[in-house]
Order: sequence, then structure tokens, then C-alpha cells
Amino acid sequence: MINPSSILICLLMIVLSPLLPGIINKTKAFFGGRQGPPVLQLYFDIAKLLRKSSVYSETTTAVTRIAPFVILFSALSAALLVPVAFRSAGISFTGDIILLAYLLGIGRFFMVLAALDTGSAFEGMGAAREVLYSALAEPALFCGLLVLINETSQTSLSAIYEKLTAECWWQNPMTFLLIAVSWMIVLLVENARIPIDDPNTHLELTMIHEVMILDYSSKDLALIEFAGAVKLAVFSSLLVGLVFSGNELGLPLQLLAFAAAMTLVAIIVGVVESTIARFRLLHVPKFIVGSGALAIIALILKLSGN
Amino acid sequence: MKKHAKIKNTDAVKFAEIQIVDNQQFRNDLASLIAGNGRLSALFLLPRDGQNLMLAAVSDDFDATIKLFATPCQKEFASLTSDIPQAHWFEREINELHGVEFPGHPWLKPIRFVAKDDGKSEVIPGVTSYFEVSGEEIHEVAVGPVHAGVIEPGHFRFQCHGEKVLHLEIELGYQHRGIERALMRNQPHQNLRLIEVAAGDSTIAHTTAHAMLLESLQGLKIDRNAELVRGIALELERMANHTGDLGALAGDVGFLPTSSYCGRIRGDILNTTAVLCGNRFGRGLIRPGGVGHAVDKALVSTLLERLALIEADLKSAIGLIWNTPSVISRFEETGCVSREDALAIGMVGPAGRASGLSVDVRCSHPFGAYKQHKPELPVGRSGDVFWRARIRWLELKESIRLIRAMLAEIDNAMAAPTCSAPAAADSIAVALTEGWRGEVCHVAVTDNSGGLAAYKIVDPSFHNWYGLALALRNQEISDFPLCNKSFNLSYCGHDL
Repeated sequence: MINPSSILICLLMIVLSPLLPGIINKTKAFFGGRQGPPVLQLYFDIAKLLRKSSVYSETTTAVTRIAPFVILFSALSAALLVPVAFRSAGISFTGDIILLAYLLGIGRFFMVLAALDTGSAFEGMGAAREVLYSALAEPALFCGLLVLINETSQTSLSAIYEKLTAECWWQNPMTFLLIAVSWMIVLLVENARIPIDDPNTHLELTMIHEVMILDYSSKDLALIEFAGAVKLAVFSSLLVGLVFSGNELGLPLQLLAFAAAMTLVAIIVGVVESTIARFRLLHVPKFIVGSGALAIIALILKLSGN
Repeated sequence: MKKHAKIKNTDAVKFAEIQIVDNQQFRNDLASLIAGNGRLSALFLLPRDGQNLMLAAVSDDFDATIKLFATPCQKEFASLTSDIPQAHWFEREINELHGVEFPGHPWLKPIRFVAKDDGKSEVIPGVTSYFEVSGEEIHEVAVGPVHAGVIEPGHFRFQCHGEKVLHLEIELGYQHRGIERALMRNQPHQNLRLIEVAAGDSTIAHTTAHAMLLESLQGLKIDRNAELVRGIALELERMANHTGDLGALAGDVGFLPTSSYCGRIRGDILNTTAVLCGNRFGRGLIRPGGVGHAVDKALVSTLLERLALIEADLKSAIGLIWNTPSVISRFEETGCVSREDALAIGMVGPAGRASGLSVDVRCSHPFGAYKQHKPELPVGRSGDVFWRARIRWLELKESIRLIRAMLAEIDNAMAAPTCSAPAAADSIAVALTEGWRGEVCHVAVTDNSGGLAAYKIVDPSFHNWYGLALALRNQEISDFPLCNKSFNLSYCGHDL
């Protein structure tokens, strides 16, 4: 089902998505006692990168050239599949969540390929880490979804979120709280945030996401940075739809509430990044598996409750 | 064992008092001194009377002496390293500078890639053979010499199995400037400028050692106030670097608050040094014969005020680290160096103390103001990143106490005139100071007219770089930056 008004809202979300990293960085600066970069910094960065010319390593192949486009395409099309502003998604159909998860998967697949394509030892290590962690994060997303499907007896993301009301939370507070926490962790994993990854570090040996795009410059890097912001917006809106409901509000109020809720998610990410240190890489898999365990407990609670 | 020449820190003796023993005796004596309470502070080759002498300076931490003895060294010398691991890099250095072969040395290769005198063969830093591990699942990671951060150049070769590091080899030498050679050609006042930049973040430690050497060779006594000012400057240098390191450690684990604040507080401490002498790194403060800047009562009270502010800021910024479980869990059990290993390779300074060694020149071989003002010596247990960080914090607090005590004693330090007494002929003097990284050792030998015949500088980094390689054994490669920062060794201090 295609919903033109939601497509417009979705486009708005895509255009505004670079604000989210800006808000996160402002929050971090606040905790660090600094002024920090402007909220619009990512726009400036992208504008700057778009004006530069690219440098490619001689060892790379066409994969490196194609990957940024695939990565951005996967993020943009994923954005069309998530419910935005408490309304149905731009495009919705039965089982659309599966497509959503694997569209993001395609983006990741190409990023890993491009990293391996450079032949750099750093990027190979980053690719290995990325694949391991995202594989571990997937069960958390799907187990949480199973609970929602069971709760609402719907199979399309928009329909599920439409039936998800405050009443569901009151009936099974523990279940939904567990899913919300588990999806928050998935958000941090998928978007390479602290405590899993450190987007600000310059230390190649400790990086996961950043190290895979070390060889990219100019327009390619701009596309990847933009795709990263869109991906953060996609996961944030999934989380917002799970926690808040605003189906009965009018459109202007819905837009306002949605923007406020997205900002809140970004601030929470910023607070997490400011108050805890990054985990040792060895402990990261345990943490991500933990998010899967929370989702499974939620599923068991839900099924035994019925 | 023969009775070897024994001197106190900063003393000078006639070179003739040094026993010249045969090679076997040298090896036996050195081994038994090291097995006792000795540490190999310096081992170098010295051309004298038509032959090359290998001279050892062994510091004894219990009776506060430095033992000096020498042996003739031909083109080949059976390696000491198998019995005395502390000699490892010293032998490589001698091999590189003088072409002496050390049969039995486990890994004889250049450490600084010094250009050859003949001018024919080109030496490129880092181009050498490396230790290799083979196997289908083994991969090699090369980092540097150009790094992502604003740091000095060095090359690191990791042999890894997955994320686990089996072996790390560190190749330095990119910063080699030939300081020791330049010291021989220069005028004395030029030498002071060179010593100031031997390791720029340890300016006070190196210049103090240099000044004390010259003073003892020239028989100068310096004013008590000047000694106190030197002590204060050395502690300020320690505070600035420890603060910077603690902030950087927090930054490396992504813990922002401490990282941001420590960067600023380090600046405050450097500025305090600037209040003392006009330069943030203490250049121009220490001079043979005294100090270059007068400290009066008004300055003392300014320094005390600044110190109080710094102390309060430090407590709140660094206290956060110890109260945040995620930071502690990141630090603990990362990059352990056992006490046995630290002792064997002769680690010094906070890194050595973190591994449980009680080594601190300020306590064991007190000099200048430290003869009256001894620091409490914090000693760690497990030699991991946690203890290397913890020791720094404990030392910071101790430095504040020492500075207050020294400031209270200051009367009116006057700028000392540059000294120009003739140096004793045919003498040798050794000066040890405790820089913030550990023991700084300077040795000077004079010829029969009192001119410099040899000058040896041993920066603490020279002892500790191998400790970093050991810390990475069986660690995850992603922990390397954190371990590296916890040592924070000097590249130029090593490369000279």
C-alpha cells in the first residue's frame, strides 16, 4: 500500500536526518563542558565533501565505486518502509519488516565488500567486526517483532504500529520495556555508537564502522555519511513508534510530537555516550547477545501470558 | 666480585678509579649486580687510550650508589642479553654505532637507523627484517610511522591470530637527530638548548640532569633556593604530563568528561610553569650553576593560589574515572606486565611501579631538593592499564604535596649567573633524575683538558619500550592504543 502523505513526511525525515548526529554531539559537548560543533555540522561536512574530488586506491575495483550508491540507496529505501510521525509508512505490505531488515543488510554487505576491496589490514579487521556484531544484533530485532506480531495479530509494520497503543504497554509493561531496551541496544550497535563503537576516535585499531570507510573521500564519503544519518533516523523512528503512540493526533501535532520524540532519542544516545566508556571489544558480543536475550525473555513473557 | 668504583648520584670521580676488568669478569659482575639490587642505567662504548671500553653504570637502589666498571671491547663481544635481558637494547645500540658484533644476541638489528659515516650506504628507517609468525590464520598488521593522531612517528608490527596479538615488534628511529654526537662538537651554552629538546615533554628532567653533571664536574655548589625551584619545576612537569595522560586514557575509552577537563587542566599546569619561568615547558629555567629565573615571595603566593585551583579541578575531573565502573572494567586486566618481566627488562618510572617495582630515583638516589623532600612511593600490583593510570593519580597528589612543601621553604631564589668554571680533567660523572616517565640518566666523561670526551643520555623510554611490546602479548589488538597511551613513551627521547 502506498501512502503519498507519508512519503512526503518520510522525505522530510530524510532531509532532516543529519540533525540527529548534530544533536548527539551537542549533548556530548554539554557533558564535556564544551560548546561543541554546530547542530548543522553534518550538513556543512556533506556540502564540503561534495565539492571535493575523489582519490581511489589503485588496488580497488568497481566494488569500491558502486558501494556508496548501494549504501545510500538501501538506507533511503529502508526509510520508506518505517512508520513515520505516528502514521503508516510510505510503503507498507505484509512482511515489510523482513524487507526492511534485509535492505539494511544489503547496505552493510556492500560496505563490507568495499572494505575488503581495499586490501587494507585495518579495513579487513573492521569488516570482520561489523559482520559479527550485526549478525548478533539481528535476533534482537526479530524477536521483538515476533512479540509485536503476536500482540497485534498484524504482519505489516504500519498495521502493527497502528494497533500498538498505550493500553498494550499497560497490559504487558515488562514485555514492552524489555523490547524497548533491546531495540535501543540494536540502535547503538547498528549505528556504531558508544559503548560498541566510538564515532569520534582516530585510533584505527579500535574502530569498527569508521575503519571500513577510511579509504573513502569526497562525494563517496558524503553519500556514506548521509546514509549513516538516514539509518540512524530509521532505527530511531522504529523505537519512537514502539514507545509512543499518537494515532489520534492531528497532522501538525503528530509532526511536532514525532520531531520531539526523535530529538529525545538522540539526546539519550548522547547521554549514554557521555556517561559510560566504550566496552572492551571482547565484551561487545556479550552485550549484543544480551540484547537478544532481553528480546527472547520478552517473547517468552508474552507467549506465557496468553 | 672485584670492588668497583662506587659513586653517589651526581658525583664525579677520576676516570682512573674505574676498574677495567676482563670480559668474563665484566659479564659475571654485571650479572651478579643485576641479580642483586642493581639496575643497568647505562651501557655504552667509550674510545679511550687507543681502545674501546664498554662501560656499565649500575644503580643500586638500596645503598643509593652507582657502580661503574668497564671492560675492553673488540669487534666481537659475547652477548650479555641472554643472561641480562636489560642489556638487550643497549647492545643493539652499540652494534649500530660502533659495529661491534654480539654473538648470541637474540635479535641484533639497528634501533635508530643511524646514517653510516662512509656516506655510501643509505639507511632508511624502518627498512629491516621483522619477526614473523607463520600459519594459515595468522595475519600481520603494520601501523605507522604516520599515525592518525598528532603523535610522533614509530612503526608497530603486529602478528595476530584474529583479534589476538601474538607478537608486537616496535621499530623506532624516525626522530634520530644525533644529539649525543652534536653535544661533542658544540659550545656548552648550545648544549643546554639541545638537552632541552632531547625529549621536549621532559625538558626539566633532562636539563636538571645535565646541569647537575656539569656542576659536579666543575665543582660548583648551587644555592638551596635554586634546588627548590628545580624540584618545583620537575614536579609541575610531572603533574602536567600525568594529567594529560589520564585525560588521554579516558579519551581512548570514549569517556568524555574526564578527557575534556584534563586537557584544560593540563594547560593550567603548563601555564603555571610559564608563570615560574616564562615558558610552558620550562625551557630556559634550569642552567648549570642555578636557575634562570628568580622566585620571590609574591611569585610563591601566586603559585600556591594556582595550585589550589588546579588541585580542586583535578579531584573532580579524575575522581570521575574511579567512580565509573565501565572505565574501570576497561582498564583492569588490560596490558599486564608481570613483576618478573618488568624486573628482567629493567622497567622504570610509573610503568615499572605499576608492575610492583619500587623504583624511583627521588627516593633511591635523592638529588637536589629531594634530599629533604622525599615522596611517598605508590606501588601497584598487577601492572595493567588500571595501575598505570592509578599510579599517575597517586603521584599527582604527591606532587602537589611536594610542591607546597618546597614552596614553603623558598626564601628568595635569585637568577644564577651562567657558570664558567673549568671542568675537572679525566673524570666521569653520572646524574640520575626522576622524570615523569622514570629514570633519566646522563653520563659525562672528560678528556685530559677538561673537555667532553663522551656524553651519554638514557631516556626512561629506552628502558620501557620493550615493556609495551610485552604488555601486548595475548592481548586484543584493539587494546593497543590504550596500552600505548598508558605507557606514553617518548619517541624522540629514545631516538635522540
